[in-house]
Amino acid sequence: MKFETPAGANPIDAMKVIGQAVDRVDGKLKTTGQAPYAYEHKDVPGKPAYGYVIGAGIAKGRVASMNTAEAKRMPGVLAVVSAENAQPLGKGQMNTAKLLGGPEVDHYHQALAVVVAESFEQARSAANAVRIEYERGSGRFDLAKAKPGAQPLTGNDADTHTGDFEGAFAAAPVQLDQTYTTPDQNHAMMEPFATIAWWEGDALSVWTSNQMIAWNKKELAATFKMPPEKVHVRSPYVGGGFGGKLFLRADAVMAALGAKACGRPVKIALPRPFMVNNATHRPATIQRVRIGTTKEGRITAIGHESWSGDLPGGGPEVATQQTRLLYAGANRLTAMRLAELDLPEANAMRAPGEAPGMMVLEIAIDETAEKLGMDPVEFRVLNDTQVDPEHPERPFSQRNFVRCLQEGAARFGWSRRKAKPGQVREGRWLIGMGVASAFRNNINMTSAARVRLAGDGVVTVETDMTDIGTGSYTIIAQTAAEMMGLPVEKVRVKLGDSSFPASAGSGGQWGANSSTSGVYAACVKLREAVAQRLGMDPATAEFIDGEVRAGNRSASLAEAAKSGEIVAEEAMQWGDLAKKFQQSTFGAHFVEAAVDSYTGETRVRRMLAVCAAGRILNPKTARSQVIGAMTMGVGGALMEELAVDRRFGFFVNHDLAGYEVPVHADIPHQEVIFLDEADDKVSPMKAKGVGELGLCGVGAAVANAVYNATGVRVRDYPITLDKYLAKLPAIA
Amino acid sequence: MTDQPPKMAVTFKINGKAQALMLDTRTTLLDALRDHVGLMGTKKGCDHGQCGACTVLVNGTRINSCLSLAVMHEGDAVTTIEGLGTPEDLHPMQAAFVKHDGFQCGYCTPGQICSAVAVLEEIKAGIPSHVQGDVSGTPEMTVLEMRERMSGNICRCGAYSNIAEAMAEVAGVRIAETHEAKMRDGEVRA
Repeated sequence: MKFETPAGANPIDAMKVIGQAVDRVDGKLKTTGQAPYAYEHKDVPGKPAYGYVIGAGIAKGRVASMNTAEAKRMPGVLAVVSAENAQPLGKGQMNTAKLLGGPEVDHYHQALAVVVAESFEQARSAANAVRIEYERGSGRFDLAKAKPGAQPLTGNDADTHTGDFEGAFAAAPVQLDQTYTTPDQNHAMMEPFATIAWWEGDALSVWTSNQMIAWNKKELAATFKMPPEKVHVRSPYVGGGFGGKLFLRADAVMAALGAKACGRPVKIALPRPFMVNNATHRPATIQRVRIGTTKEGRITAIGHESWSGDLPGGGPEVATQQTRLLYAGANRLTAMRLAELDLPEANAMRAPGEAPGMMVLEIAIDETAEKLGMDPVEFRVLNDTQVDPEHPERPFSQRNFVRCLQEGAARFGWSRRKAKPGQVREGRWLIGMGVASAFRNNINMTSAARVRLAGDGVVTVETDMTDIGTGSYTIIAQTAAEMMGLPVEKVRVKLGDSSFPASAGSGGQWGANSSTSGVYAACVKLREAVAQRLGMDPATAEFIDGEVRAGNRSASLAEAAKSGEIVAEEAMQWGDLAKKFQQSTFGAHFVEAAVDSYTGETRVRRMLAVCAAGRILNPKTARSQVIGAMTMGVGGALMEELAVDRRFGFFVNHDLAGYEVPVHADIPHQEVIFLDEADDKVSPMKAKGVGELGLCGVGAAVANAVYNATGVRVRDYPITLDKYLAKLPAIA
Repeated sequence: MTDQPPKMAVTFKINGKAQALMLDTRTTLLDALRDHVGLMGTKKGCDHGQCGACTVLVNGTRINSCLSLAVMHEGDAVTTIEGLGTPEDLHPMQAAFVKHDGFQCGYCTPGQICSAVAVLEEIKAGIPSHVQGDVSGTPEMTVLEMRERMSGNICRCGAYSNIAEAMAEVAGVRIAETHEAKMRDGEVRA
């Protein structure tokens, strides 16, 4: 099925199940410890051996020698596999660095070997007995130092120019020109990278923890130089990903190598202190924003430049993306520059581009509003656009951005905010309010599903879609239930298996809308097959309350499958509506922060997000996506930073003690409002993503609240007290 | 070097059921539960006592099972998430987590729930915390106390606000009457 014209009325519009705050269908399994994650599956042929991965102790250079003799003699050891004795591996298209290094070392903690033993303790102990000598090379680890040599990009990442930015900025009566930085950040998902792998002949099977099953299958095949049909990937439960599990990682490759070497299944979970430097991270950025306005506050020139770094062959953090679309203004510039760095691989983390881009742009907007003497909500409202500012003939499919700002302001009590910073005190606390826009594009991906109607009237959905905490199980069950006229309890959902039809997977906040659209397409086909089986006209048959009705006839849905299961499979593909209409999601974040006037400690006291993201498929799980993103946004604003050792080239704080993320005591009650929308130009579900929208802008709302509280503007994230303590207002 | 590692016998009760194991002495309680008893509900998030995903109750007290060797638990009674309730018969805290969507990916969830159950008991037992005005006084059953005491259990999906609601419901307190109201009145730290 191809979605080529705006959706008319369809069965989803009934919203008997869709749009309802249904409890997660996997909730009872997850809360009782019965949902199996990658390392925990018992459906494995034979007793698994345990693998322990050894990572490079240098950031750049060569392995001069690797002595495995002592390790191999240790109790329980079955195999030690390194580049010396492994089969030659290919490299997947999506990895920048090789997943098995040696003798060349491309980054710190790059996997160099795996020790396989009968027990975890034995494997770990033997891994410590492998002796590696290195020839350390020199590497580039400092983005600021590498910035002058950073290179322009082509294709989607090329510079953009609209009108005459330089001329308009120079002529603007009000100007802002500031530079900001965001640090390297880590996904820090709770479940480590983990895989159980085994070979049966020339076929490879893995239980793994991965967001994109079809990609993973393809990349495993490329790595082991084998046909994809011989690879079976299963990932039914994923303990968080946030982009870190989009790609094939070392756990799967090393488990498969170990399994091949010892002829049994091998299970590996990467140790927590190994995850940060072995895997990917969100790269640091240096960003310059220039905004020129009229005296009345209309933007006439807006420019956003960003510098980031990655390993050779890698890509940039696309931090300027949103600036092309969020605000009006005739004269525009965006530019990205990429430096080569020898730090671990930079790659996608939740809302790549917009997350750090909005952290910066939305401080710049706050600063510009202040220069104008305008309220920052009003300044944003004044500069709304209903069309793509680079292509004014191209409208947004739906854009209720202004409503998000205005309804949020009313709800939050924004009118109580004092425009002049540092004015509100409650005892020892300095109190401030901050606002920021939220913006993230909607992306649609081809997504397929298979649906089965059994004789007992139960519908089973099979798709390789993943649920990484997003609620996929639940919204897919709701979609099939709505389409087939059933309650959720009559739908079974099976996910994360590469033997199922390939879905959109989980990434780029495309999962919910795309995967449910695939299920919609399969259900349209199933409805036709059911109607035909019952001798009814497929065009007029209605599916309601477990019955199929056409004209004056009705039959139970189960009746149709009495003579045998009915199976339908279909993919949703996408026409060019995304070219004709800019499809985006919008929101506004409001934050109240308190800063201790003595110690500088910052506490977030209130948070509100108002989101406009099309139809909300399940307000309970969607709200959870947004509060989780708001929490991650507080982390980005106040604490999260991978500290770079610029001498030796690695992230120093590579565990959950050193890389600080928000904990219970850091987060207040959070409020989320979804505008009642349905965007008919994005899909038959009329829904868009929310999981990344919820993060975009939060950091800046916190930053702006801290500024409003203290009068100290910090432009380098995270906003830790060392950056403002000495400048706080005098103690009253 | 080829000597077998020292092994030791340990007998303890897991969820009321006696277990006798012969373990490599390096085996943590967490790995004993997962790899030797086969109870995978207790999660390994960091193996270093940094995340709380491995929280279990030992003789009624919560601990990080990754920081404890299994052979130290001779004669102990260990309760894991599987011992609190089952999908057919949820513990009230498990039911409250489902109702309030106090989880997303679910990986930290067993640890959160074990901690949450223990935290309510700790407050009732008068065990003091950092957020009390007077640590020699009696702690109040407030969301503020719960948030403080739950802070060793990281949830990267960020379900904290919902977990607070779930705990408040089980504890029988209303969030609006406790933490939030006091916070607005500036009586307590956020």
